[in-house]
Order: sequence, then structure tokens, then C-alpha cells
Amino acid sequence: MTTTIDARGLSCPQPVMLTLAAIKAGEADEIIVLVDNEASRENVCRAAGNRGWTVANLSDQGDETRITLNKG
Amino acid sequence: MAKIRNIMAGRWGIIGAGIFIGALAALLQKFGNPGNMGVCVACFERDIAGALGLHRAEVVQYLRPEVMGFVLGSLLAAYLFREFRPRLGSAPIVRFVLGFFAMIGALVFLGCPWRAALRLAGGDGSAIFGLLGLVAGIWLGTLFLKGGYNLGRSQSTQSAAGWLMPLFMLGMLALLMIFPAIPGASKNGVLWFSVKGPGAMHAPLLVSLGAGLAIGFIAQRSRFCTMGAIRDFVLFRQTHLLGGFIALIVTALVVNLLVGQFHPGFEGQPVAHTMQFWNFAGMLLSGLAFCLAGGCPGRQLFLAGEGDGDAAVFVLGMVAGAAVSHNFGLASSPAGIGPYGMQGVAVGLLASLFIGFSMRKKMA
Repeated sequence: MTTTIDARGLSCPQPVMLTLAAIKAGEADEIIVLVDNEASRENVCRAAGNRGWTVANLSDQGDETRITLNKG
Repeated sequence: MAKIRNIMAGRWGIIGAGIFIGALAALLQKFGNPGNMGVCVACFERDIAGALGLHRAEVVQYLRPEVMGFVLGSLLAAYLFREFRPRLGSAPIVRFVLGFFAMIGALVFLGCPWRAALRLAGGDGSAIFGLLGLVAGIWLGTLFLKGGYNLGRSQSTQSAAGWLMPLFMLGMLALLMIFPAIPGASKNGVLWFSVKGPGAMHAPLLVSLGAGLAIGFIAQRSRFCTMGAIRDFVLFRQTHLLGGFIALIVTALVVNLLVGQFHPGFEGQPVAHTMQFWNFAGMLLSGLAFCLAGGCPGRQLFLAGEGDGDAAVFVLGMVAGAAVSHNFGLASSPAGIGPYGMQGVAVGLLASLFIGFSMRKKMA
């Protein structure tokens, strides 16, 4: 199952909190996070990595980045 | 296709930033900045408020170029790395109030988190109580974060809006060039200057500005944040930012030892008092307000430099808070807390708790 999180316009630590909440919920094996600043992108990738998730893909759309996280 | 990673955002990037800031802060003291105050964002914004005549505490008036450097260095880095993002609209008035009371708390303790670290690195034992207060305040803030507290989304806006704070800083820099400090004079043109006290102690203008620019640049790249260091550890058990904060303390300690600036003890420390409960309580208020606002005072300046209008409003709140702090007698001095310091902390805590309990919005 894929969960999508819209963290655009949110500042630290909200994007990470939303991502970790989705990981903790345990329902998804793929999480897509939309962010619109570099610090959020780095923070979300780092936090997911610490929880054993991998960054499967990063795609830029203008000022936004779509982060695809996979379990394991 | 993954972007080339920002090297400064890695483990060694943030530690390098902490080492760089710690060394520079200790050296700025060698160059003339006040004791254990190589860089103190709260103190320096307070000095700026004094230089502009917003308060008339004669010993703390100087237009500190480090602060301008922080914003402009961050602006430069943000442009070079295409990270300048003009944005605003995430509860600006709330951020103003948080900045206002964060400053009041910081001036009861006599320092922001940066100076708490530098005071510790200089041997000032009272800083321990401030740091404990800081951790307690941030911990309180994380309880609100876990309970759903947030200030809502920002919107992207025109570049001009993102430029206003950097332009304000450039304007102040221009004022300092036109009306420089004259030894022994308390005023030059529109600016106020201290002739004695910490406000009269400063590194040469270009040294201060250069250090500020360099720190602003590196901090923007590494996302250095003293509040975030503690918050991320409490909230996520994540030690990334904490590495930078600890590197700052250790490096400042080493440099202080090398240049003879380490003087361990509680009594007679520069620009500090030993009323430990209030050192704790002042930083408790500050830590809570910084946590609710999402960044330490340095980070707010760096964010303002990369176009964040909400962070800029927080900075203005801090400047206003400094003016009121001194005008109302809330700020401490080496003799102890001000006549209304206790009331200032109490009102600030009530205001921060009110904001913490009331600002909730479901995001996901």
C-alpha cells in the first residue's frame, strides 16, 4: 500500500513527524512525501533512513521534490 | 534522478559547521567582542535595538555586524545553491509573539542557546542551569508538537518579500558605514553607541562582518540549529544536529583554553548572574518559544536570509522583545534579574502555553 504525505509549505519538524507517523502506522510499504524545500528533503530522507527505509526515488517538479520511500 | 547530495548536510558537514562556529566565536572574543559572547544572537539583536534607540540601556547599544552577516551570508548561500525560496504566511503574528517572549527569557538568563554554549565553554558554571532550562523548555515544546501543535503552511510569494529582511540588514550596514562608532561618543548621526559595558566591546567592523557572513553561509548549508539539536534528539532520538551543537561547545572550549579565555567558576563571570533558578526559568521560556517557532534565534536569521518571511517576523519580534525588556526592567544584569524579570518570565510562559495549547491543525 502507498501512503502519500503532502508536506509542502510545512517547516521542520512537521515533514519528519508526518513521515515517521506513517512509518509507525505500519500500513504502508511505500510512502511518497511531497516537500518544497531542501532542508525538509534532507530531513525526511535522513529520518526514514534511520528507521531502515530506503529512498527509492527523488523527482523534482519545479521547486518541489517528490520523495519515494520504500520499506526495507 | 537523485540530486547531488549537499555535502554540508551530512554528519561531517554539521560537525564541521559546529567546529567552525565555535572557533570563530571564541576568536571574536579575542578580537574584542564581550566575554563568552563571541556570538550571541539574542544579545546582538538586543544591542541592535539599543543602537536604533528602541531602548536606552546605555551599556548595550551597538549595531552588531555579525547579525547582518548571518542574514546576508545565508542569502548568498541560498542563491548560489538555488535554495532561495520566498515564502510567508504561517501564523506571522504568533511567530512575532514567540520571538518577543523568547527574547525576554533569553535576557533574564543573559544569552541565547549559542551564548549558553559559549558561556559553558568559557567556564561559566551558571550556564549549566541555563542549558538545563533550555532542554526543559524544548522538551515542553515537543509535548505540544506530539499533541498536534503546528503553525500551518506557508505560501510561496514574490522574491521581493523574501528580500525585505536582507535589505533591512543591508540598510543597517549602510547606517553603520555612514555613522561608525567614534571612541568615547554615545551617538553618531542616527545611531546610539555604548561608551562602556558590553556594547562598547566589539571586534573591528570588517572582522565581525566577515565572521558573520562566513557563519551565515555555512549555517545555511548545514541547517545548523541549536534548538533543533535538542528537539530532534528528544523527539526522534536523532543526533544529527546535536553533533553540530556539541562540536561548537568542544571547539570553543579548546580555543578558549589555547588563548587563555577559560576561567572556570560561578562568580564574577562576564555578563552573567548567579541567580540559578532564574537562569533556568529564563531559558525554559526561551527554549519553549524557540521550539514552538521551529528554530533557535540563529536559525531564524538564516531562514530569513533564504527568503522565509515568517522567520523574519520572528526576528522582528525578538528585537521588539529586547526593547521592551530593557524599557520595562525585565532584563537581567550581572547584579541579578531586573525588577520585573520574574513577571516577564511568568507572562511569557503563560503566552507560550496559550499558543501551545491553541495552535492545532490537522495536517495529514
